[in-house]
Amino acid sequence: MGRGRAPRFPCLGGGRVLPRSSLPAGDTSVLAGLYGPAEVKVSKEMYDKATVEVLLRPKVGLPGVFEKNREQLIRKTCEAVLLGALHPRTSITIVLQVVSDAGSLLACCLNAACMGLMDAGLPMKSLFCGVTCALDATGAIGLDPTAKQEKEARAVLTFAISSVERQVLLSTTKGPCSVEEEQLGLWGGQARYRRRVRQETGGGRVPWRQGEGNPWGMGVPS
Amino acid sequence: KENCRPDGRELGEFRTTTVNIGSIATADGSALVKLGNTTVICGIKAEFAEPPAESTNKGYIVPNVDLPPLCSSRFRSGPPGEEAQATSQFIADVIENSEIIMKEDLCIANGKLAWVLYCDFICLDYDGNILDACTFALLAALKNVQLPKVTINEETGLAEVDLKQTNPLNIRKHPVATSFAVFDDTILIVDPTAEEEDLATGTVTIVMDEEGRLCSVHKPGGSGLTAAKLQDCITRAVTRHTEVKKLIDKVIKSIKPK
Repeated sequence: MGRGRAPRFPCLGGGRVLPRSSLPAGDTSVLAGLYGPAEVKVSKEMYDKATVEVLLRPKVGLPGVFEKNREQLIRKTCEAVLLGALHPRTSITIVLQVVSDAGSLLACCLNAACMGLMDAGLPMKSLFCGVTCALDATGAIGLDPTAKQEKEARAVLTFAISSVERQVLLSTTKGPCSVEEEQLGLWGGQARYRRRVRQETGGGRVPWRQGEGNPWGMGVPS
Repeated sequence: KENCRPDGRELGEFRTTTVNIGSIATADGSALVKLGNTTVICGIKAEFAEPPAESTNKGYIVPNVDLPPLCSSRFRSGPPGEEAQATSQFIADVIENSEIIMKEDLCIANGKLAWVLYCDFICLDYDGNILDACTFALLAALKNVQLPKVTINEETGLAEVDLKQTNPLNIRKHPVATSFAVFDDTILIVDPTAEEEDLATGTVTIVMDEEGRLCSVHKPGGSGLTAAKLQDCITRAVTRHTEVKKLIDKVIKSIKPK
């Protein structure tokens, strides 16, 4: 599976170009800023690997417990793919700002974080992609639901799927579902992952340079 | 490698689970759960509040998990750390996803008065697998809750509480959480201790109810799992659910003659 990569830049303390991840249906947009490997506070320092920090800022209001939970999910996913052992006693900070929310927010945040990590040139052992599945009352599965579909859905499943054997890195569910439906959702997510990777690596990749601030559109045709 | 863990358990074996219901006399419902050394106590207090504007026939359930420095040296005193907040959110999700209690049952007078159940979890000893312990404590404590009968006096519009007449809550579903620690994408162990959790590359928590429905598959990052491995976890979670349900039923029966 070929993997396209943005030109690598040496990582300094400052922020790199902010990649933006947007899904086509209704423009859910998350801006990701990546800083690192940078200096870390002695209290948070880890002697053998990099300390990953994720800050998720909602569009309105102050971040609360809900955002903290999301931050932990994204942080653990990034920690799993980052080769933190190559940068011990440093910190890698990912700041995610929600620009607009029209459904599938967690998946969008995951995609933005992955793009950001790639853009900053940080060493990773695999890429990952976030996918949301919504199960409606009849048991039909819809991928990348809009906010309206999410509300009406019986259950919403979000997965982060890695490029290594399409393993599941992250899984959260909202609402009850049967075991078979969850398996179906996972399979659907993995199928969508394949398409998304093709999108990133295949033709139509937007060429961009450092400092231009060109938003990285990662749309998937439905 | 020899299919044995530091404390002598097998890979798929749980620690001894003990539960004690109704230990806090001043709370409306309480439960103390011990999973091996991990100890969590849950106290539930019921108070009055106005129902939310957008759903006037619903009450509130507010879970709060506290991981004080008492339970482990990894936690510092001060505002709740990330783990405590994430656990609180997890419990809130379990309550909502599993529909353990319908919030409509907590309504007293539509649009005017409803119950708020404050569920406070305090960890007394942290030895891993806090999510399972908290979910179990929640279930046990909710089963123990007795809400007094409330009538609204029509003349004054005030609520009159009759403490002598109490009703238990209507528990619809019984969600049970099963946690696994993942090592290097291949090995899965059930009910990790704190030491095993620190060394693990990932964790998975599966919450199931008695109908075999998945209330939650919580896998916060960590090394990847194939779909087949997830399926194994789910099967183990189903067996765990029957064990826990039996235990809870036994305890409830033992306190019934009061």
